[in-house]
Amino acid sequence: MEPIKTLRSTTVVMPSTNIDTDQIIPARYLTVTTKTGLGKALFADLRYAADGTPKPDFVLNRAEAAGSRILVAGHNFGCGSSREHAPWALVDHGFRAVVSTAIADIFKTNALKNGLLPVIVDPATHRWLVEHPGAEVAIDLESTELALPDGRRVAFPIDRFARHCLLNGIDELGYLRGQLPAIERYEAAHGR
Amino acid sequence: MPARTMFDKVWAAHEVVPETPDTPAVLYIDLHLTHEVTSPQAFALLRAQGLRIRRPDRTLATLDHSTPTRTEQIFGDEPIGLTDAARQVHQLEENAREFGMELYGLRDPRRGIVHVIGPEQGHTRPGMTIVCGDSHTSTHGALGALAFGIGTTEVGHVLATQCLLQRKPKTLAVEVGGRLGAGVTAKDLILAIIGRIGVSGGTGHVLEYRGPAIAALSMAERMTVCNMSIEAGARAGMIAPDDVTLAYLAERPHRPRPADWDAAVAGWRALASDPGAAFDAHVAIDASVLEPMITYGTNPGMVLPIGGEIPNDRGDPVLERALAYMGFRAGEPMLGKRVDVVFVGSCTNGRLEDLQATAKILRGRRVAPGVRMLVVPGSQQIKREAEALGLAEVFRQAGAEWRESGCSMCLGMNGDTVPAGATAVSTSNRNFEGRQGAGARTLLASPYTAAASAVTGRITDPRDLL
Ligand code: SF4
Repeated sequence: MEPIKTLRSTTVVMPSTNIDTDQIIPARYLTVTTKTGLGKALFADLRYAADGTPKPDFVLNRAEAAGSRILVAGHNFGCGSSREHAPWALVDHGFRAVVSTAIADIFKTNALKNGLLPVIVDPATHRWLVEHPGAEVAIDLESTELALPDGRRVAFPIDRFARHCLLNGIDELGYLRGQLPAIERYEAAHGR
Repeated sequence: MPARTMFDKVWAAHEVVPETPDTPAVLYIDLHLTHEVTSPQAFALLRAQGLRIRRPDRTLATLDHSTPTRTEQIFGDEPIGLTDAARQVHQLEENAREFGMELYGLRDPRRGIVHVIGPEQGHTRPGMTIVCGDSHTSTHGALGALAFGIGTTEVGHVLATQCLLQRKPKTLAVEVGGRLGAGVTAKDLILAIIGRIGVSGGTGHVLEYRGPAIAALSMAERMTVCNMSIEAGARAGMIAPDDVTLAYLAERPHRPRPADWDAAVAGWRALASDPGAAFDAHVAIDASVLEPMITYGTNPGMVLPIGGEIPNDRGDPVLERALAYMGFRAGEPMLGKRVDVVFVGSCTNGRLEDLQATAKILRGRRVAPGVRMLVVPGSQQIKREAEALGLAEVFRQAGAEWRESGCSMCLGMNGDTVPAGATAVSTSNRNFEGRQGAGARTLLASPYTAAASAVTGRITDPRDLL
């Protein structure tokens, strides 16, 4: 995986709470056997009318959303199913970070494995971001801070191991396979 | 040794390498369940890296999510209706062959929804760690296993190493006192619990359901409860093994050999949380005051007693958006609302007891004109049992469709969908926007409530028909 150190972009704001994985990518798009090309199914039911034409009032369909890599979303983003198709679709569309006050567990794990940064911020920072859609912000994974345009820097929590892997482009499977001797010892000792 | 929770015991027994501030634990996985939707990209990764399934003996696959439920498409000559779904089915068949993984294939009598067949066939056992690329893996916690959903990248990790990198979650004790009243089911209980703690109330936690109301539940009811732990945001849900669990396990095809049974039972009995074990959080619920529950919004936490009124919190944008989607207005009663579709099935309520409850209401009655009712068993074994007991005949005579097993209308991947704008009472677990089909409006409820509403064509308190 490509190392990630910093990310600077304008934001796209979807303030709804509990944006679930069925909204991020509806089940009928899950019949794929590859990861690529899911960006066009991202938020499909919110984004397209029944005849497939883009809904002009949906945020991703507005001109100013083009090229944005940071999604600011409401509380408990990514709740619901374990489908990794959700972060695949977000990444394929071009997003590299989701900023919220809470992100669901499985989604967060899946996001980290695909170079999509889950950035949890305090409610005041979140409110500022929601009220300033399109603001240019910077996310620094080295210092684990989000920088607002007025210079304020807000620390965000991130698992130290996941951060290390992202900063250095380390593949977690490679690390896990490095543990195989310990895994074999465990199996022998525990009758597995 | 300090008093430990059941979760602590299972976790500790599977730590290959403990976690440190810098590194997550390496956790051993006893059983890895897979299905056609969340596994293809993981097998592609194995192929790309030249890896094999490290422990095929601990890996089991089934077909459930995108499979047809029409008999002609499984056992007859009719091709699978959706070409993409057919491709996914064939991909799993090919992966199973190539990687030497056991698959309960399309015509296998043991096939069914992954969270139904694990316990049913005896693969799921107390004290195990179980994962699947599916968030309702929490179901298996009903037998005292630590079971949780993972993403496809992690599916690849488990296939290649039989282990996962994990941070230890926290624990939340859900103490359920009293006893459920007549016509009030395990589904109503778990909906009430989610209503109480909220859809993110369990985030980062493993729930342990305990107390007299839980001990009084059958195995199928316990699975219904643990199944929906994820709808509270929890990693997993667990219930301590007891005599009910042991009686259930004793009848499974894959139970331990007779010579190993006593030792296995001793281990299982020791799993229960020690007296005085500390949980990170607690919540207490009184089962005896609960009523049949039904959802009114677009997540499972938007739920109320069936006789209640939709909340009237003016200015709450979440509620307003949900009600706009559902076509409901604040302050309206739920009883009497028109119903277009009724779905009984899923890993939440697709077990034999659920079908028996449905038949209890439908016997001698008919589905209301204009209502489509679909009854889909959770597994082929349940289908055979329901047919042997005459339940299928009750469903057919009532005018309901009786299908082969699968996820079906729970997520509508196989073409069994609810039309846009139609209102469905569903025994499944998610009422998200578009979950059962684009524009579909889902009301989650028990099999009793679903069946009663099918008969009247309106949201109905099942206690009136029992
Ligand atoms: S029945 Fe529904 S919730 Fe259960 S595994 Fe299938 S799709 Fe998922």
